[in-house]
Amino acid sequence: MTTPVERGVASARPVRRISRAWLGVVPFFLVAFMFIVAPVSYLVVGSFQDNQGQTTLQNYNDLFTPSVANAFRFSIEISLVTAIVGGIFGFLLAYAVILGGLPRFLRNALMTFSGVASNFAGVPLALAFIFTLGQLGIVTAFLKGLGIDPYASGFSIYSKIGLELVYLYFQFPLMVLIIAPAIDGLRPEWREAAESMGASSRQYWLQVALPILLPTILGTMILLFGNAFGAQATAYQLTAGTLPIVPVIIGAQISGDVLHNPGLGYAMAMGMVVVMGVSITVYVLLQRRAERWRR
Amino acid sequence: MKRRRGSIAWWLIFAVGVAYFFLPLFATLDFSLKARPAFAAYNNSFNDPKFLASLIYSFVIGLLTIAASMGLIIPTAYWVHLKLPRARPIIEFVTLLPFVIPPVVLVFGLIRVYSRAPLPLTHTDLGSSALLVFGYVVLSLPYMYRAVDAGLRSIDIRTLTEAAQSMGAGWATILWRIILPNLRVAVLSGAFLTLAIVLGEFTIASFLARPAFGPYLSLLAGYKAYEPAAVSLISFGLTWLAMIVIALIGRDTRNRIEMGGAH
Repeated sequence: MTTPVERGVASARPVRRISRAWLGVVPFFLVAFMFIVAPVSYLVVGSFQDNQGQTTLQNYNDLFTPSVANAFRFSIEISLVTAIVGGIFGFLLAYAVILGGLPRFLRNALMTFSGVASNFAGVPLALAFIFTLGQLGIVTAFLKGLGIDPYASGFSIYSKIGLELVYLYFQFPLMVLIIAPAIDGLRPEWREAAESMGASSRQYWLQVALPILLPTILGTMILLFGNAFGAQATAYQLTAGTLPIVPVIIGAQISGDVLHNPGLGYAMAMGMVVVMGVSITVYVLLQRRAERWRR
Repeated sequence: MKRRRGSIAWWLIFAVGVAYFFLPLFATLDFSLKARPAFAAYNNSFNDPKFLASLIYSFVIGLLTIAASMGLIIPTAYWVHLKLPRARPIIEFVTLLPFVIPPVVLVFGLIRVYSRAPLPLTHTDLGSSALLVFGYVVLSLPYMYRAVDAGLRSIDIRTLTEAAQSMGAGWATILWRIILPNLRVAVLSGAFLTLAIVLGEFTIASFLARPAFGPYLSLLAGYKAYEPAAVSLISFGLTWLAMIVIALIGRDTRNRIEMGGAH
C-alpha cells in the first residue's frame, strides 16, 4: 500500500522505493522462471552433458551428423518455401482487396477469413487436406475425372510438397493480417507527390512504395518462417513421422529416446530455439525500421 | 481502361485465395456427409462420451488459462505502467520468449523439470492439468501482454488510480473495479484468442497425456473414417466463432490481435 504520505517518505530514501516497487512484478517473474526459464535451462544444461553426466560439446557436434543435419535442412527448406510463397501470395491478396479496386466488403470478409485461417492449424487442418488432396480427396477425384492422376505423377499430400501446401493454409492469411495495415499506411500524398513529379505507376511502386513496405514484407516473411518452423501438430498428424522434420523428431524424442542419446535431443531443441531466436530478432529489427514511416 | 485490366488480375488472385480457403472445408464437409445413414458422423460424434468430455475438458482448461493469464498480466502490466516503467523492456522481452520457444520445446522442458522432485507434477492428473494450464499461460503471454499493454496506454491510469485512492480504494479494488472494466475490449479479444488456441492445441496436451480435444481428434482419426471429418469441421466452427466474437469486440477499436500459435 503506497499512500501519498508513504510515497513522500520513500522518495526521501530512493533505494528503498526501488526495491519495493519491484515486489509488484515478483509473481510475473516467478511464473516466467518456473515455466519458461527453468524448463529451457534444463534443456540447455542437458545439451552440454553426455550420457554419464559429463560436460561435453559432442551433442552439438552430433547435430551435424547427416540424419540430424538433414532434418534441420528439411525443416528450414519447408519453412522458407512456405514463408516466401505464402508471403508473396498474401501480399498480392491484401493488395488486391485494398488497392486492386475490389468491393469494400470483400476486404472485410478476407480479413475475417484470414483471422480464422491463420489460427486454424494442427490436427483438423491436416485432416482437412487429406480429405481434399489425399488419395480419396475430392480435388484428387476431380483431377482424375479430368484425366490427370496426381498420385500417378508422384504427388502425395504426405510428401514435402504436400506438407508445404498444408502449411500455406495458415501462412498466407497471417501475411494478409500483418501486411494489410502497412498497405493501408501508404499515404495517398506520397503517390500524388510522385505523380506530380512525373513518376509512372511503376516508378512509384519500385521507388517509393516498395522501399517503404520492404522491411514489413521481409519482416513478416521471417515471422512466417518461424511460424512454420515451430509447427509440430500439423506435420505430426499428416506424416506420422515419415518425414524428417525437427519438431516431429523432438516430439518422438520426448515420448521415447529415438535418438538413443538424450543430450542430442536437448541439443536439437536448442537448435530450434536458436533458429527461432535469430528469426525473431531479425523480425524485431526490421519492424523497428518499418515503423519510421508510420507516424 | 488500364485500371479495369488490372482489376481482372486482382479478382483472379482473390478467387485463388477463396478457393484455397474453402476447398479443404468443403472437402471435409463432403466427406463427413458420406457416412450412412445421413449425418451418422455427426450423430456418432455427439453420442461419443469422449467427444463431449474432451471438449469440456479443453474448454475448462481454456477458461483457467484465461483467468491465470489475466490474473498475472493485468496487475503486472498495470504496476509497470504506474510504478516501474524501467521494468518494461525486461517484461516485454520475457513476453516475446514464447515466440522463440516452440511449444514442442516448451513441453519437452516442462516434462523433464516437473516429472521429478521437488515438483513431480506429471505424476498426478491434477498436476499434469495444472502444468497444461501454465504451459498455455506461457503460450498466451505475447498477445495477452500486448493487448493489455495497448489497453493501458489508451487510458489515463495514473489519474484513475489517484482518484480511486483518494476515495480510499485499495489495490485490489482499483484493479478489479477501475482498471479491469476499462480494459474490457482489449482483454476480451485476448481471451477469445486464447480460447480458440487452447481448444485446438495438440502438442502440449498430447505430450502431457491430457484428455483434451486436440489429442482426442488425433486419436479418432486413427480408427474412424467419417467422424474425424465431422469433428474437424466442428473444431473449425469453434475457431470461426471465436474469431467472429473478436471481430465484433474489436470493431470499434484499433487493438487488433494478429497472431496466434499452436500450429
